[in-house]
Amino acid sequence: MFDFLQGYDVLGAFWTTIQLTVWSAIGSLVWGTVLAAMRVSPVPVMRGFGTGYVNVVRNIPLTVIIVFTSLGLFQTLGVSLGADTFDVINFRLAVLGLIAYTSAFVCEALRSGINTVPLGQVEAARALGLSFIQVLTLVVLPQAFRSVVGPLANVLIALTKNTTVAAAIGVPEAALLMREMIENEAQLILISAVFAAGFIVLTLPTGLFLGRVGKKVAVKR
Amino acid sequence: MSGAAVSKEPFTPGMNSRALVELHHVDKHFGPLHVLRDIDLTVDRGEVVVVIGPSGGGKSTLCRAINRLETIDSGEIAIDGRPLPAEGRELARLRADVGMVFQSFNLFAHKTVLQNVTLGQIKVRGKDRKSAEERARTLLDRVGVGTQAAKYPAQLSGGQQQRVAIARALAMDPKIMLFDEPTSALDPEMINEVLEVMRQLARDGMTMVVVTHEMGFARSAANRVVFMADGRIVEETTPDEFFTNPRTDRAKDFLSKILHH
Ligand SMILES: Nc1ncnc2c1ncn2[C@@H]1O[C@H](COP(=O)(O)OP(=O)(O)O)[C@@H](O)[C@H]1O
Ligand SMILES: [Mg+2]
Repeated sequence: MFDFLQGYDVLGAFWTTIQLTVWSAIGSLVWGTVLAAMRVSPVPVMRGFGTGYVNVVRNIPLTVIIVFTSLGLFQTLGVSLGADTFDVINFRLAVLGLIAYTSAFVCEALRSGINTVPLGQVEAARALGLSFIQVLTLVVLPQAFRSVVGPLANVLIALTKNTTVAAAIGVPEAALLMREMIENEAQLILISAVFAAGFIVLTLPTGLFLGRVGKKVAVKR
Repeated sequence: MSGAAVSKEPFTPGMNSRALVELHHVDKHFGPLHVLRDIDLTVDRGEVVVVIGPSGGGKSTLCRAINRLETIDSGEIAIDGRPLPAEGRELARLRADVGMVFQSFNLFAHKTVLQNVTLGQIKVRGKDRKSAEERARTLLDRVGVGTQAAKYPAQLSGGQQQRVAIARALAMDPKIMLFDEPTSALDPEMINEVLEVMRQLARDGMTMVVVTHEMGFARSAANRVVFMADGRIVEETTPDEFFTNPRTDRAKDFLSKILHH
């Protein structure tokens, strides 16, 4: 029944999906945190940049961003991100695009978490003589992260599925292989079902696990 | 109260070596609201000043201006002879020298009691963890919550939380402690345990500015009472004099209200 799988590296394709997800998740967590810090910073230029970035990037379709990394950054500007084969270049460009896009959502999730931290604690921290960065990293962000584990899990699940857009610039992840198989084989529904199941296997445990973590680390008030 | 005439003498902080906090012609607006009007106030070393007055009179704003949680529009504030720095590292250093206790405790909810009291020592004063914890335990014992060190703030009563907040501020070895209605959010049976800690501090010679309506505390611990209303210092005298013989109608009116409830 699953003969149609023969000759195709389905696991390899999903491995690429996982790699895209992990690198993009790490990158967007870091950049998204920096953006959130900018949005609450006392420096107007930084606040302006953070707000502008989120509002622009969040409203551009991901496909446009990914295609731009390839056509705009690489082919026009020659940005190859330190790689020399097309496969590696495209992979890195896709990760860059996914980070640029996903970080806007990480930022907004975090910002809603920051808003749950009582202002009084921030004032108490300032009154102790902690600097803005110290207040942020020691008092605000630890509590903000704990309160948004759930929303961040949703962002991670969306990111996992969004990696399929990397197919648009030829990254050999799951969706690209699926398209190829559908063109070559007759089992349209079965092929789709296999790939759908693959994604569920990736995202369902993530959601369940992070849901539990979220409950465990929640700050009692 | 030296009357309404605006004195033109220059502000020379530190001239009076006993003065620890000096406010000179301080003004502050919130939009159209004039919340601090030409405030002149000096707090000497070791002195306990109680600030009292109707809600909205500017007492909290005054406290917050002293460690620059609130900026002022004009006038000068100096602590220990040095004008308040505007921003940055200097300001952070000054804040570390000024302990502040809030009405709503404001303990760090994700940190244990012990961590609340060591955080500033380690990150601001640069102490190592071990000596910071030793100092924290000593202070927690002193305010009577030594056995709660491993708990989180949410597991403590209001009175215990406020005493931890006092220990947290004391851990910085501040030159002065500011208290903004430290017992107003507490159930009646917990008020005394906090006031007792504050009385002990006063006896130990700590310089304190205390916003409170607790007359018992004012009478037993304060050297001076400052009555504030509508952004002005209306009376400034000894506790006995203020409570038995208030001079202004504003103060008489206020006292009759807090006495008759
Ligand atoms: N951040 C703020 N923005 C605008 N108005 C404020 C702010 N903080 C305080 N006020 C107003 O300033 C006045 C003085 O407030 P406050 O200093 O808190 O008085 P008190 O502590 O004596 O009750 C009040 O009318 C209050 O509503
Ligand atoms: Mg107040």
